[in-house]
Amino acid sequence: MGHLSKEEGIKAVKKGLVLLAVITLIEVLVSLFGKGHLGIDPGFSFDVNLGLYEGPFAPLLIVVGLLLIGLSLYKAYYIVYKFMHMADEVKGLRMSVILPMLLFVWAIIAFFQEGKSWKDRRDVILEKNKIESSEVVSKDAVKEEAVLEHGAEH
Amino acid sequence: MATDTVKEHVEQSEGGAWDGGKAPMKASYGKLMMWYFLLSDAFTFTGFLIAYGTLRFSSPTWPVPDFVFKTFPFVDASNELPLIFVTVMSFVLIISSGTMVRAVQEGHRENQKGVVFWMLMTIIGGAAFLGCQAWEWSNLIGTEKMTVTRNPFGTHTHAGAYLNDDGSINDEETFELGGSYLIHSVEHAMHAHHGEGGHGDGGNAHEGHEEGHDEAHHDEAHHDDHGHGHHDAHVIPAEYQDGDHGSYVVKDGFVHRKFKIMDEAGNYSDDTYTEAFGPKAFGALFFAITGFHGFHVFSGVLFLFIIMVNAASGQYAARKNGYEMVEKIGLYWHFVDLVWVFVFLAFYLL
Repeated sequence: MGHLSKEEGIKAVKKGLVLLAVITLIEVLVSLFGKGHLGIDPGFSFDVNLGLYEGPFAPLLIVVGLLLIGLSLYKAYYIVYKFMHMADEVKGLRMSVILPMLLFVWAIIAFFQEGKSWKDRRDVILEKNKIESSEVVSKDAVKEEAVLEHGAEH
Repeated sequence: MATDTVKEHVEQSEGGAWDGGKAPMKASYGKLMMWYFLLSDAFTFTGFLIAYGTLRFSSPTWPVPDFVFKTFPFVDASNELPLIFVTVMSFVLIISSGTMVRAVQEGHRENQKGVVFWMLMTIIGGAAFLGCQAWEWSNLIGTEKMTVTRNPFGTHTHAGAYLNDDGSINDEETFELGGSYLIHSVEHAMHAHHGEGGHGDGGNAHEGHEEGHDEAHHDEAHHDDHGHGHHDAHVIPAEYQDGDHGSYVVKDGFVHRKFKIMDEAGNYSDDTYTEAFGPKAFGALFFAITGFHGFHVFSGVLFLFIIMVNAASGQYAARKNGYEMVEKIGLYWHFVDLVWVFVFLAFYLL
């Protein structure tokens, strides 16, 4: 948080704005590319049944996702360290704010895994219901036949 | 430098910094507590965003953001502009962050005029962002009829084709697996239909299905009923009354189109399906998270305004601590920008 001269200050702000704007533009372009909007076929498509992206370039989608997350994290770093002047604070203050954030690493892994598990469980149950209902139908059909035969005897 | 500000603070405080003679972490009480407030706020937002991710992972399909967010104010909705408007919103917020940095810099230089001017610019930026968000919300709520419990944006889980009015397959109107659709409200469908029917209100009322799929249904009936180019909102024409209409079903004021799915060999199913609403959680998560962020922006604008007035009145100049109050609201304002980075990532980019 130096006492910058007016010119130095303007220069620093300009640099920050251009950097953040360019990164945002790159993010949007990468995102649109990943969704096949830029007139370029990204070479992968989403298979809803498998819940997976498939196609020769499917791994590229992971790259697209990681790139977007990485660029966002860089923007976050830039805002905190340059705009909020975290770099000028003492180490204790920096660490007391940033280290608790590490808890999110596990929270994100655990909760997203949990979400995926809910979906898998639901799919299993839907599949089971399908099998059971078709069994019920066939049992009913057998019963009906029996009734018919029984009725015929009379 | 940092120590200068602290020294100034020490000199002012009666019992020394924080009354112990030495400021913990060489920061003033106010600034340190602002950092910790922002830390706790970050936990709240991350909690919300993790909930979003968890529910998204747990849903078989999820609305594709470039389909949901492809409208732009004053541009006919049939022009698809995926993510362009939210990019503009991001730029507005980034620029207001930049003007805030200028205000803090001018504060360090004890330049009252500069502080007030750049804070005013920041307020304008914040208000512009709120205006953009208001438009986005009113479009989603008013035009597309999204609510916290209803998400009209669905995704096809199979490839297939829509039906003609007589129940036969319309080969022209096919869709891919993973393709998105919007369940139109009756009102919306009537307007969309109207625009294409050449009755003159093409404007932003028209909202195309993906790839311009919403070709007019029941053209003749429509023309007969509404030849005058203006709708009476209370009169629902026969083709939009509840019930089965051949190529679509109207239920509770929404038009669900019918389709048949196509297997890998290219054969169509015997069964007919109707388009269903998308995962419910999307609406609630969208309104809760962008609303909570918008509320932060709104309260930030209020605080900026109060502090700007105080700065203009010379209150902070008298304190001779380098406009520390401006620095604190600056921290808050940058944090709001920081949160938007991740809201933007989760809702629009990924």
